[in-house]
Amino acid sequence: MFARGLKRKSAEDGEDVEGGLAGAQAMPSYSLQRQSLLDMSLVKLQLCHMLVEPNLCRSVLIANTVRQIQEEMAQDGTWRVVAPQAAGRAPLDRLVSTDILCRSVREQEGERPGPDAGDGHTPDLVPGLATVPSAQALRSPQSSLWEVDSSRENRGGFQKSLDQIFETLENKTSGSVEELFADVDSPYYDLDAVLTGMVGSTQSGHGSGLQAFSSATAPPPSSSCRSDLGELDHAVEILVET
Amino acid sequence: MVLQPSERHHRDWSHRRLGPWCSPTGSPAPLSCETGCGEGSWILVCRLLVPTQVSLLSMEEDIDTRKINNSFLRDHSYATEADIISTVEFNHTGELLATGDKGGRVVIFQREQESKNQVHRRGEYNVYSTFQSHEPEFDYLKSLEIEEKINKIRWLPQQNAAYFLLSTNDKTVKLWKVSERDKRPEGYNLKDEEGRLRDPATITTLRVPVLRPMDLMVEATPRRVFANAHTYHINSISVNSDYETYMSADDLRINLWNFEITNQSFNIVDIKPANMEELTEVITAAEFHPHHCNSFVYSSSKGTIRLCDMRASALCDRHSKFFEEPEDPSNRSFFSEIISSISDVKFSHSGRYIMTRDYLTVKVWDLNMENRPIETYQVHDYLRSKLCSLYENDCIFDKFECVWNGSDSVIMTGSYNNFFRMFDRNTKRDVTLEASRENSKPRAILKPRKVCVGGKRRKDEISVDSLDFSKKILHTAWHPSENIIAVAATNNLYIFQDKVN
Repeated sequence: MFARGLKRKSAEDGEDVEGGLAGAQAMPSYSLQRQSLLDMSLVKLQLCHMLVEPNLCRSVLIANTVRQIQEEMAQDGTWRVVAPQAAGRAPLDRLVSTDILCRSVREQEGERPGPDAGDGHTPDLVPGLATVPSAQALRSPQSSLWEVDSSRENRGGFQKSLDQIFETLENKTSGSVEELFADVDSPYYDLDAVLTGMVGSTQSGHGSGLQAFSSATAPPPSSSCRSDLGELDHAVEILVET
Repeated sequence: MVLQPSERHHRDWSHRRLGPWCSPTGSPAPLSCETGCGEGSWILVCRLLVPTQVSLLSMEEDIDTRKINNSFLRDHSYATEADIISTVEFNHTGELLATGDKGGRVVIFQREQESKNQVHRRGEYNVYSTFQSHEPEFDYLKSLEIEEKINKIRWLPQQNAAYFLLSTNDKTVKLWKVSERDKRPEGYNLKDEEGRLRDPATITTLRVPVLRPMDLMVEATPRRVFANAHTYHINSISVNSDYETYMSADDLRINLWNFEITNQSFNIVDIKPANMEELTEVITAAEFHPHHCNSFVYSSSKGTIRLCDMRASALCDRHSKFFEEPEDPSNRSFFSEIISSISDVKFSHSGRYIMTRDYLTVKVWDLNMENRPIETYQVHDYLRSKLCSLYENDCIFDKFECVWNGSDSVIMTGSYNNFFRMFDRNTKRDVTLEASRENSKPRAILKPRKVCVGGKRRKDEISVDSLDFSKKILHTAWHPSENIIAVAATNNLYIFQDKVN
């Protein structure tokens, strides 16, 4: 159940029963919003205030929310994984694309990741250092998906959070969500871990639903957002245990 | 610079300016539940503004007439972030009121003494002492800053002429002694009046130094520093009823300290999982039972409260009681867990109840009933449909505190738009009041506010969309025995009193 009372710009004509990649059907509004919530949460997790340790309580709550969405998506079968071959057809991982926050609803049509029973899926994570996503992609206000209850609601906060996203993603050179919960005896940002440890370190028998997370793989990311979010794949994979 | 609002005290002006600008009417109200949140019975006593710089204006004030000197009241916009008040606490008699701010400073206000010719002024609070409690630090090992923001202040009960309080930032707890000095020794043999050493050859006589009266000075000295015991951020401190120990709680651990021992503490709760990736729950607040020195409670981010008994084992990982309300399936959303996270937990003065604050409600629990609270009060339920936006702008993570009045009959908590709410547990009435400069004239009765949730908005109501979410009241305090409350709104401290006819 989604939070009630949000205005939605709904351009859908209704859900296409067939589903699947072939039909470029419009996503139902609920799924779309759930997707966006997931994206937003992942971005929030990535927003690590550089100088001061982030609030652990907040991080845990956001991570739990991500996990919840994940589980629900896996349960109602909307969670589908792209087989590498089929990757070219779809902008692979809706999940990891923060573009979704910026695009209008009409652009979101179709192209979900396809289903995959998924055991043999070998994630080939985009390794290491994130190329900085172009800030421009994110600058358009997040107006289309949610009618954000206007900026009057929080005079400082809304703009500030967007600014933080821009700033962080522009400056970000390392880090992963996993690091948030890493043992604090180790340095908070461990460049070595990021550069070397991420790739191929995720095989631990995760369930099929999770494979999609790591599927930001085969084609080189067309949007620079994606490579940055390869780390998010890994992070969420860890967060959501099998 | 010396302010003489009363004959006795000499104020320390190094950090703060004070502008009490009205006086209460009548005598303090006897504590009663009726007046707690009736129709408009609260008046503004004073608003204490915290400007960033000491004004160079003359401090001469007419004590008798108390002219409101508007020239040194500063606008909100001049205040820096360092002035944002982050904690407020009365001491056990209510004579002193301490505030801590983001800049690491502590300011203590003292209640005006009652005097025969100025009966009206009782109830006002004036600056008593200010000091820098914590400084920003840098953790070189982790390349992270440690904020100097004061997270909590807790007073120790008074045992002699001096006052003691604990103040903490994210990592370090300090015990401060605040004492008055009104005499000083004069007539040293080896030193002259300025403290310089005298040439022994010039000393021809011996004299005994004598104590001479001086202008009263209030000084604060750090007596203990309890450091290096917390890996995570300290969110709570609580003094035990044995007055010998206290606890400090961070996100994952709770430590027990003895006031005399600073180089070690006992870990009494540890919820850190072996694998941090499995972390799903953190400690959000903790408090000792007011009478039973072996019992304490701690709350979690999953909306649960655990009561622990330190006699059971050294490590209190197993609770004696576990308080959790079953989830309402009809209200379930992706934000359910976040809004169930408890931001504050407080024992009642009687020790029979605990009160918890989560994002939308305040709940009162009976210690003898674990499966659900006995009372639930909606603070701002109209936000329930806005949770998505509040999640996006991070307001959903705001940590509101809650307080009991002295007789445990009224509870109070803050909200947005500088609103704060009081709930009378006996009459079941509630009231919304606003702490704002624009709406408060001196000695005027606070007008109850109302949020319009839809439909036609009446005059004087405010619609949900017009609420200012940057103006949040997170910290409030209630005098231990009288109907006097302190409300922190950004860098302003408002003191309200219940008017008695």
